Amino acid sequence: MVMTPEVLTLSETPWLFTGVMLVKIAVAFVVTILIVAYATYAERKIIGRMQTRMGPTMTGPKGLLQPIADGLKLFFKEDIIPSQSHWFAFILAPMMILAPAFISISVIPFGGDLEFSYEGILYAVPMQIADLNIGVLFIVAMAGLGVYGIVLAGLASNSKYALLGGIRSTAQMISYELAVGLSIVAIFMLSETLSLRGIVAAQQLPLWGMESFSFIPNWYIFCQPLAFGLFVIGSMAEINRTPFDLPEAETELVSGFCTEYSAMKYALFFMAEYANMITVSAIATTLFLGGWGGPFYGWINFLLKVFSFMFFFIWIRATFPRLRYDQLMFLGWKIMLPLALANIVITGISILIWL
Amino acid sequence: MEAILFYLTATVAIISALFVIKCRNPVNSALNLITTFLCLAVFYIMLEAPFMAAIQIMVYAGAIMVLIVFVIMLLNLGLAVKSRYSHGLAGGGFLAALTLLVTVYFIKFGEATGTGGEITSEVISSYGHTELIGRAMFVDFLLPFEIASILLLVAIIGAVILSKREV
Repeated sequence: MVMTPEVLTLSETPWLFTGVMLVKIAVAFVVTILIVAYATYAERKIIGRMQTRMGPTMTGPKGLLQPIADGLKLFFKEDIIPSQSHWFAFILAPMMILAPAFISISVIPFGGDLEFSYEGILYAVPMQIADLNIGVLFIVAMAGLGVYGIVLAGLASNSKYALLGGIRSTAQMISYELAVGLSIVAIFMLSETLSLRGIVAAQQLPLWGMESFSFIPNWYIFCQPLAFGLFVIGSMAEINRTPFDLPEAETELVSGFCTEYSAMKYALFFMAEYANMITVSAIATTLFLGGWGGPFYGWINFLLKVFSFMFFFIWIRATFPRLRYDQLMFLGWKIMLPLALANIVITGISILIWL
Repeated sequence: MEAILFYLTATVAIISALFVIKCRNPVNSALNLITTFLCLAVFYIMLEAPFMAAIQIMVYAGAIMVLIVFVIMLLNLGLAVKSRYSHGLAGGGFLAALTLLVTVYFIKFGEATGTGGEITSEVISSYGHTELIGRAMFVDFLLPFEIASILLLVAIIGAVILSKREV
């Protein structure tokens, strides 16, 4: 007997719905934190190998316990708040940089529907914390809020280096946010929905609607290669990864916006960098690489794609030198922004002609 | 449930709005203003206008406030704002009282809005809020929309001319 599964709703089965939601949130949060911890380990190992070093080897087998040891060390260090700082903003800054990165993960679909039966009724639970009608806009909005952490850290520290790092970072993030946002516009012109679930579903159709090519999925990287490139470069700039890590250029600014931070607050900045990396990888996977679609079971595809993106980011860090500040601004405003606008126009014309 | 959420958010909105004008430090004022904007976004979601909520966060909290904080940062208002201002208080109080009177007048004698039109909750959930706004903007009210965009274009050109040394 084939039963069509029921969709869980808050009004029909409030307790079951709440329980399932809490479990989903807990799983997503714990997995993200674990990936953050082991991304630091992976980064040190991979960059070490690329520069013919060993990376961490001493703590645990092959250095596997290194992130935990680092976390414990930072947790028990003395937490210094400079006497001339704005203490409230100083404490708030690390939280405000970490929170948007985690919130964005809540709208990303990790896999298809999970089915389970409870009291004889079959329920379907989407592997996504919340399917918002405005998913993509929500992500762009949260990325905009991520600036505050760095701005406040720079302002509140009351130190020259932190202030310079903060100013640089604000200008950089505002410039690249535009190009990233405009590159996403072309995606939802094609998908005709803002819901990330709908975008993933649209990418599981055959390529360009041609049945003879049905073995290739309709991933948006194939019809929007320019938007994909702009998105990846722009996101790298937005999360301050090398080669765009000017806000914390250590040769010029000591450590940039987090110069005055110590102990767990410093660790939060560090975690935020990797959490942002995961978020950006997950968004790129969902928007351009077909989300959880692929040869394996749902979330395995998703994690594989996310991990390859993170490997790519780490690889870039080991390869490229830092840009100069005027080059960064030139790239953002005079190359990426016009390209993103041109991409929207071209996409619009193509949709009018072919669809 | 919804009422509790509304009153909680409203309390936070009012308290943070109060702190916007109470804080001596401009940075803290700006932070409180961001909190107020986020509360307004929550209200938009409760009014079944998720698109407006996203735009509220993107434009006000994400862009305009970042610029304001940026300006505060560049000006570096340290000790100048610590001293107490009093000469603006009388004018501010007078204006606030006037605004309150006008608002009360409008509420008392104006026509009530929100009595229900064509766009109900069912219409929003079947079409989607973004689609409704898009259709209204680009089909029904295309000319006003284009006029507004020309106004923005003029403002952009003005900003470019102002910031250039030689035109």
